[in-house]
Amino acid sequence: MDAKTLQGVMYIIFIIFLTFILYGYIVHLYRSEKKGKRNYEKYGKMALDDELTSPPVEPIEEEKSKESK
Amino acid sequence: MQNPAIEYDYTVAKWFSYLAILFGIVGMGVGVWIAFELAFPELNYVLGEYTLFSRLRPVHTNVVAYGFTLSGIWATWYYVGQRVLKVSLAESKFLQTIAKLHFWLYFIGALLAVGSLLIRYTTSKEYAQFEWPFDIVVVIIWVLWGISIFGLIGIRREKTLYISMWYYIATFLGVAMLYLFNNMEVPTYLITGMGDPLHSVSMYAGTNDAMVQWWFGHNAVAFVFTVPIIAMIYYYLPKESGQPVYSYKLSLLSFWGLMFVYLWAGGHHLIYSTVPDWMQTMGSVFSVILILPSWGSALNMLLTMKGEWGQLKENPLIKFMVLASTFYMLSTLEGPIQSIKSVNALAHFTDWIPGHVHDGTLGWVGFMIIAAIMHMAPRFYKREIYSKKLLEMQFWLQTTGIVLYFSSMWIAGITQGMMWRAVDQYGNLAYSFIDTVTVLHPYYTLRGIGGLFYFIGLFMWAYNFYKTMTAAKQIEKEPQFASPMAA
Repeated sequence: MDAKTLQGVMYIIFIIFLTFILYGYIVHLYRSEKKGKRNYEKYGKMALDDELTSPPVEPIEEEKSKESK
Repeated sequence: MQNPAIEYDYTVAKWFSYLAILFGIVGMGVGVWIAFELAFPELNYVLGEYTLFSRLRPVHTNVVAYGFTLSGIWATWYYVGQRVLKVSLAESKFLQTIAKLHFWLYFIGALLAVGSLLIRYTTSKEYAQFEWPFDIVVVIIWVLWGISIFGLIGIRREKTLYISMWYYIATFLGVAMLYLFNNMEVPTYLITGMGDPLHSVSMYAGTNDAMVQWWFGHNAVAFVFTVPIIAMIYYYLPKESGQPVYSYKLSLLSFWGLMFVYLWAGGHHLIYSTVPDWMQTMGSVFSVILILPSWGSALNMLLTMKGEWGQLKENPLIKFMVLASTFYMLSTLEGPIQSIKSVNALAHFTDWIPGHVHDGTLGWVGFMIIAAIMHMAPRFYKREIYSKKLLEMQFWLQTTGIVLYFSSMWIAGITQGMMWRAVDQYGNLAYSFIDTVTVLHPYYTLRGIGGLFYFIGLFMWAYNFYKTMTAAKQIEKEPQFASPMAA
C-alpha cells in the first residue's frame, strides 16, 4: 500500500472513529437520562434560580456526606 | 440555606463594566476614524504619524478585542461565576483580593500596551502585536483570572458546573495555550546586547510562523469572540426571559463539538499560500463542519424563547440577545462559505473579510456585551434601567449601522475580487488597482456611516448606564427575571 492510499484509509477510519465518539456521547446523554442516573435538563434551573439563598440544584455538601458514609 | 447577611459581591464586575464601556467607546471610535480614513485619505495626516491608518488599525483591533471584549467577559465572569456556583466573592478575602489585583493589573497593563502600539512598538503579528514585556504582563493577568475561576469553583455550593462555566473555563485554557505558543519570541537586546530592549523576533520563521500565527489568530476569534460570548448568552438569555435553556443536552454536545472542531480551522487563513495543500483543505473542511456546533448553540438559544416570543416585542434586552444569536448564525455560516477554496479565491484580501468579521463582532459580541451589562445594571445598583426608550433607539440605530456596514462590505468585497481577476481577451488584467479604489469609494463612505451609527449607540448605552447608576428609580429587591425599566 503506498503512502497516499494509506493516508486515505487512515482518514476514513479516523472519520468513522470520530463519528462513533460523537454519536456515542449523544447516546450516553440520552441513556443516562432514561436509566434515571441523571436528569440533565434540571441543570438549566441553575441560571434561573441563582440567589445566594436559594437551594442548589445539587448541593456539594450532600456529595461529601455520601462519600464519608 | 446560606447566611442571609452575605450577598454577592459585584465590586469587580462593576469595575470591569465601566472599562468595557470606556474601551468600547475608545476602540470603536478609532475604528470609525480609520473607516473614514479609507474613504477620505487626507484624514490620515490630521495628527502626523499618530493618525496614520497603519498606526491606528492595531490600536482599533487590540482595544476592541482585548479591551472592550475582555472587560465585558470579565465583568460577566465576576457576576455569573458567583451566581451559578452560588458562592459570594465576599466569602473569601483571598479571592476578593485576587479579583481586584486582576482588575488593576489589567487596567494599567492595557493602557501601557495600547500606548506602546501608538509609539510604534509592535511584533507585527496580527492580533498579537504586543512586545514581550507586555506578553509577560498578559500571562500574569491570565494566571490571576485562573486563580479566580478555580478558586471560586473550589468553594462553590453547587456541585455541577453550569454550561456557562464550561465555556469560561474553555476560554481560560484555550487562550492560555494559544497565547503562549504564538508569542514565543526572542528579545533581541537580551541576546545580542544591541538594539531596542523592547524589540523581539518570533521563535518561528517563514511558513511555520504563518501557521502558528493563524492557528492563534483564528482561535483568538474562537476563544475571545465566540466561546465566552456563548457563556454569556447561556446565562443572560434564560435569566432575562425566565425560560430555562431549551436543551441542556444540546448545550453539552455543542460544547464538545465546538472545542474539537474550532482548533483545526485556522488553516483557512492561509489558502493559496505556501502551507501544504492538505493543511489548507483541512482548514476548509473543519470550517464547514464548524457550522454544526455553532448553529447547535445558536438554535438552542432561539428555541429557549419558544412560546415566549412576545418578550421580543416588549423587552429591548431580549431584542439585543436574540439578534446577537441571529448574527452569530449569520457569521458562522458566512465564515465557512468564505473558507471554501473557490470562494476564497475571490474573497481573500477583499473587504468582504472585514465585513464578515464585523457582523460577528458588532452583531454578536457587541450586542451580547451591551445586553449583559444592562441586565446587570439594575442588580448592581438596585435601580431600574433609566430608559427603555433610549435602549430601543440604541438597538435600532446600531442594527441599522451593522446592516450598512456588512452590506456595503459585501458589495465592495465582491466587486473588488471580481475586478482584480478580470482579464481581457489576451489575458491582461482589465483593471489597475486604483480603478478598484475609485469604484469602492461610496461603499467605504457607507461603511464609515454604519460604524458611526454604532458608535453613537455606544454613547446612548453609556448615558443610560450612568443614569441607571445615579438617577433611576430605586427598586426594593433584585429582580428575578426581566430587568425593570422606566419607559
